[in-house]
Amino acid sequence: MNARSHEEQKDDGPALDEHREDASLTPRPLDLAAVRARLQSKTGKQYWRTLEELAGDPNFEELLHREFPRQAPSEWDDSVDRRDFLKLMGASLALAGLSGCGRAPEQYIVPYVKQPDGMVLGKPQYYATAMPFGADAIGLLVESHEGRPTKIEGNPDHPSSLGATNAFAQASILDLYDPDRAQTATKAGEIQTWSQFLDAAQAVAATLRSTRGEGFRVLTGIINSPTLAAQFQTILTLYPQAKWHQWEPAVGDGTREGAKLAFGSYINTVYRPENADVILSLDSDFLTSGPGNVRYMREFYRRRKLDQYSEADRVGLEMSRLYVVEPTPSVTGSSADHRLPLRYAEIEQFVRALAAKLGLGGSGKLAPAAEKWLNAVVKDLRKYPRRTLVVAGEQQPAEVHALVHAINAALGNVGTTLYYTEPVEAHPVNHLESLRELCTDIDAGKVTTLLILGVNPVYTAPHDLDFTSKLLFDEKSKAKKIETVIHVSPHFDETSQYCDWHVAESHYLETWGDTRAFDGAVSVVQPLIAPLYRTHSAHEVLAAFTDKPGLSAYDAVRDRLKAANPSADFEKFWRKTLNDGVVAGTAFAPLNVSLKFNPASLPPSKESSAGELEFLFRPDPSIYDGRFANNGWLQELPKPVTKLTWDNAALVSPKTAEKLQLTHSIPSRGGEHGQILSNVVDIALSGSKVTAAAWITPGQAEGVVVLPLGYGRKKAGYTGTNKGFNAYAVRTSSTLWTATAPASIIRKTGDDYPLACTQYHFNMEGRHILVSSSLEEYHKNPNFAHEHEEAPTPELSLYKGEAEFSYKHVDKWAMAIDLNSCNGCNACVIACQAENNIAVVGKDQVMRGREMHWIRIDRYYTNTESSTSGKSTGDPSEYQPALDNPETFFQPVPCQQCENAPCEQVCPVGATVHSAEGLNDMTYNRCIGTRYCSNNCPYKVRRFNFLRFQDWETPQFKLMRNPEVTVRSRGVMEKCTYCVQRISNARIEAEKADGGKGRPINDGEIMTACEQACPAQAIVFGNANDPNSRVSKLRAQQRNYSILAELNSRPRTTYLAAVRNPNPELENT
Amino acid sequence: MSAGQPPIDSPEIRRLTPVLGPGHTFRSVTDKISSIVLTRPTSFGWFVGFAIAFSLTGLMTIAIGWLFTKGVGIWGINIPIGWGFAIVNFVWWIGIGHAGTLISAILFLLNQKWRTSINRFAEAMTLFAVACAGIFPLIHTGRPWMAFYMFPYPSTMSLWPQFRSPLIWDVFAVSTYGTVSLLFWFVGLIPDLATLRDHAVTKPKQIIYGMLALGWRGSVRHWHRYQSAYLLLAGLATPLVLSVHTVVSFDFAIAIVPGWHTTIFPPYFVAGAIYSGFAMVLTIAIPLRKAYGLEDFITMRHLDNMAKVMLATGLIVAYGYFFEFFLSLYSGNKFDVYLVQQRLHGPYAPFYYALILCNILTPQLLWSYKLRHNVAFLFFMSIVVNIGMWLERFVIVVISLTRDFVPSAWGRYLPTFWDWATLIGTIGMFVMLLFLFVRVLPAISIAEMRELVAETSEDEK
Repeated sequence: MNARSHEEQKDDGPALDEHREDASLTPRPLDLAAVRARLQSKTGKQYWRTLEELAGDPNFEELLHREFPRQAPSEWDDSVDRRDFLKLMGASLALAGLSGCGRAPEQYIVPYVKQPDGMVLGKPQYYATAMPFGADAIGLLVESHEGRPTKIEGNPDHPSSLGATNAFAQASILDLYDPDRAQTATKAGEIQTWSQFLDAAQAVAATLRSTRGEGFRVLTGIINSPTLAAQFQTILTLYPQAKWHQWEPAVGDGTREGAKLAFGSYINTVYRPENADVILSLDSDFLTSGPGNVRYMREFYRRRKLDQYSEADRVGLEMSRLYVVEPTPSVTGSSADHRLPLRYAEIEQFVRALAAKLGLGGSGKLAPAAEKWLNAVVKDLRKYPRRTLVVAGEQQPAEVHALVHAINAALGNVGTTLYYTEPVEAHPVNHLESLRELCTDIDAGKVTTLLILGVNPVYTAPHDLDFTSKLLFDEKSKAKKIETVIHVSPHFDETSQYCDWHVAESHYLETWGDTRAFDGAVSVVQPLIAPLYRTHSAHEVLAAFTDKPGLSAYDAVRDRLKAANPSADFEKFWRKTLNDGVVAGTAFAPLNVSLKFNPASLPPSKESSAGELEFLFRPDPSIYDGRFANNGWLQELPKPVTKLTWDNAALVSPKTAEKLQLTHSIPSRGGEHGQILSNVVDIALSGSKVTAAAWITPGQAEGVVVLPLGYGRKKAGYTGTNKGFNAYAVRTSSTLWTATAPASIIRKTGDDYPLACTQYHFNMEGRHILVSSSLEEYHKNPNFAHEHEEAPTPELSLYKGEAEFSYKHVDKWAMAIDLNSCNGCNACVIACQAENNIAVVGKDQVMRGREMHWIRIDRYYTNTESSTSGKSTGDPSEYQPALDNPETFFQPVPCQQCENAPCEQVCPVGATVHSAEGLNDMTYNRCIGTRYCSNNCPYKVRRFNFLRFQDWETPQFKLMRNPEVTVRSRGVMEKCTYCVQRISNARIEAEKADGGKGRPINDGEIMTACEQACPAQAIVFGNANDPNSRVSKLRAQQRNYSILAELNSRPRTTYLAAVRNPNPELENT
Repeated sequence: MSAGQPPIDSPEIRRLTPVLGPGHTFRSVTDKISSIVLTRPTSFGWFVGFAIAFSLTGLMTIAIGWLFTKGVGIWGINIPIGWGFAIVNFVWWIGIGHAGTLISAILFLLNQKWRTSINRFAEAMTLFAVACAGIFPLIHTGRPWMAFYMFPYPSTMSLWPQFRSPLIWDVFAVSTYGTVSLLFWFVGLIPDLATLRDHAVTKPKQIIYGMLALGWRGSVRHWHRYQSAYLLLAGLATPLVLSVHTVVSFDFAIAIVPGWHTTIFPPYFVAGAIYSGFAMVLTIAIPLRKAYGLEDFITMRHLDNMAKVMLATGLIVAYGYFFEFFLSLYSGNKFDVYLVQQRLHGPYAPFYYALILCNILTPQLLWSYKLRHNVAFLFFMSIVVNIGMWLERFVIVVISLTRDFVPSAWGRYLPTFWDWATLIGTIGMFVMLLFLFVRVLPAISIAEMRELVAETSEDEK
């Protein structure tokens, strides 16, 4: 042994290790000149601990990087012989054992040394911002916990929100924390710094400047940011030969081109559904999609609330009436008073016929039934001059839009139920033509530099344009068609992989920006958090090509606003703007436009081939055009009408399905509440083929097949890749919205595909669950909601005291849901998910019936009483006769918070108990998970963590969660709490008020997440003990009823029966 | 014989079907029974059977291990079907566990001599079935490591179980039943353990049996105290036979779920329990008497009587089915009516028809004297009834949950591999315990058989 160690010492050189180390660490004099030089060379804040570190003394750095410089043998890297290896192994095993017994490392949390103004740790702050979406923006107030945005709410001061949001806005917070986002700029897959990108961009810019921008093209979606528009203006001035192309895959050109046809220029239309007594929607889902939808929903449902207005203040009809003509059931159509399913091509005929009937000339061919329907509508429209509204859908062609402008003018609606403004889009163009021009130019070799901002054309462009080939190496010319392609997008997606540069785009919650709402009002997009990764905004990318590279988005936005508002005290104005969330006075004034269009002059439309199938391309109600494909909340969100999750399916009308012999079957795993096996079909359309699962959709016009866009993505991220089928693959530029083809192009493959559907049984089986009536019936019998109710009276209880417990001295929380106002738009479901940290479980678990949403929206078809009552299995074939146009109702079901809760009585450990205020509370850490409560819950609102559904590892999700709500582990039951954390917050505030004397909690002070998000104000929460609260007033209405009152569970959540306002003329036929 | 069945309980039938084979003496009885444990070599068949049962027990251990690792989501349960195989199996096993105590206690009090040769292994079977049943309430919870919350222990947070919940009643009912059954069984074993101690030739056996025999010397005083203790325990166990399954049925009857909420459940569950229990005793007795040549002790008289009990309880169960059906329709309660229709026409209708076939129709063959005396048929019948009773619990637990109040939440249930593994695993454990029991303890009560020898010889005189 001794001999060996001598040898080793010889090998290693002189002296012992310890000595050598000591020698090398003798302090050297500090080189202050080096320190100064280093300090100067650095920009920004640098942190240094000692002067030695700053001087970059290599010895010091070595000392720093060695944890135990004296003890550690530094020669472990050298060849280790067997004995030493064994010694080390033995020692490390022993030490490993020791450390296993040790405590967790101590870590210190340092509180703020200087507390930021207004911040109290543990108290959230709210900041106003806005989410740009298409030609609209929703004004938001975002909740921030210690600098982490956690929840999105609507901004009550913003015209397009009025305090509400939609599912997309609610879910966008998950996009911010999406772990699959691109995190840095890359060049051909190699990570690049931002300054490298700036250098590259400047190099490109220099070349371009010499050619006046020849060959420089930019491709974007719809841009409604004034700052971006100004930046584009700068670019186009710098590079006069450059061109700006736009491609928004899910928004039709019909709206723009129709306005041009009618008025000669691009004009924006703003609706005022509040003022309309009769609304006719022509394939328009204006309540949940398109610009202004949140606002329109609020306005529309203001006119659907009964007993809200006294006779004196009432304007027009007591309740507005909605007619919808559409090929496939939308949210708007499903909540219409009258709905007429027509094929897409027939809708144009319908509008032409309507115009003709209104004396505008032209003619349209209609089937007798539709003709009769139209006559009744025309009569109704004529009855309320200037108080009607006709709306055309985004996917309808320009002719329909032009006709609708003419019809609205003829009905005198302009100025009351709608007005025209300048376009909201910064640069309205015909998107299809714009994209086509770009493709042609690329093929002609006219494009040298292509900047793609925020869009994903490889995935979304019509397949006949073959956008992918434009980015690939061209075999013929042995060169790339475009020299430099730069892609800016939040994910490294289908397009990014073919581009030279990819710049990770910031989320709107982490960068400055601005945007215009549907009515022109400008909002500043205010970031809530510094970018999580090395991402940058479109503003910064555009600036890189100007003479101001490195311009921050903040400066760009602020400078633009300053230029537009040269007020003396800009700082004050800026602060006010940020606080309000909207720039005062920027909404467009109504334009006085004159119609330059004669409906009679329209060329006759093509004959629609009735025998053929009509294929429609529509944005998906959950993931839109595919941009939300990687958003787990939206993927798992049951689509409003079909209740499908995680997949799209070719929606087929019942009769067509019968002809094509397409069926569903219900497997035992999951069954009606989870999994449906549907036939797989091959659809060979427009020279391409997709394989899709077919879904039979009641209410769809005969012969119509809908192919929802947005699915089948190949590079969306962990959540979104390879879900559903890609409808873009069969979409060509000539068949952007509709294609007709013989039925033979659909071929059953013989396979079945499991679809995750959360509610398949759509018949109420005659139970007292969703009660509805017509306005006429309601006037005759206002008590109709209680007609068939068999609620036991409290006197029947043996426990007199308990039955009459009144919660006299506390707040008696209650919720009333107006079924008249609910159209199943899903905003509440996502709002609840975000507020309450609800897990996403994935398709497999949804198919097993284990989704976790605390509030679900049940969809019932009411005129589909089963022909084999009682024996039904939910198979649509049993309801065939009524399936073609069923009356659809939606019912949101959160926990009913029963006074006499069946769940509480059976829990063996008292984990679900009544609170002093009468809430049905869940105590997660007491729950042992017997699931007895769920079995005994008649409403089945309880959700169980069958497995560990929460993601506890991904750090991004840790930031996202609401710190006020427990993140549940596996094995416990959970359910709606009426947002008890919000109740507690309000109670604490109220108790503190008035110097600790306290005050009652005001009505409206507590809003549950679902209530706050609801654009239709269908959900009202409050104190039922306060006779003046909104909820008390609703509960006092005769329409107020409880689901399954006969069970004597006495729910706190009550419903106001739905009342529709059908046209008696149509009813009687 | 040729004229068919002789009049019941006539001296003739006693002669034809005695409770003990002819020619047995105290010595022959003792030797025959104790030899299985002490002297006979362990047969190859025993090893094979034990190996299979042991492997299945291993499967159960794996299934439970995986369950504890992943959570109850590995089973087929979902919302709305919160209870699946675990509860079905629990109720099934508890039901099986009823026969032993019924035979030992109630028939003892009723002075039915034919119980003597079957009571010991029936009691053992009861214990093992209760052990199998006891696994399920624990493992079916989402957080089994917290299941002790169900016990009323002095917690630092002053929390008690929620005594209104039938699951808490279950905890008390099943644990009481398990304890009393164990005591009753052990007290009955003491004289036999002493016999084994005295006959054992090897030291370890003498020591082990000696310790278990608690110093039994067979003195008159011992016998006197023994008899009183046994009688008292029998009296104590008798109400438990009725109460346990009554309480188990409350799990369902107390809940508001259509198909569960019905007052007929307690008597009908008890009858069903005895029904399945006797079926299981037959399932065990028939191979046992064959394998160890115990035909003299477990005679056709026993098999015949057990078949008759099955027939009687089967009829009570049939009455229960009928009234469950009738009352649902008669009440006019739309949820109940719908559920009845679902049972007949719904997606799970085949299970309901299979249940009627197994539990009501097939057992009617037991009216035939000939078939009651056909050992192979009785074995087949006992298996059919065991399956039928399992199906009954499946129909009650699962089908009711698939169609409750709100149609939008309706779903279906499909058991997974792990559901089956747990069921089959517990059967394996049950069989394994029985194999061990037969090898190490007297499967038939030696002391009581000696009494029987004395009594039958008196009869013959």
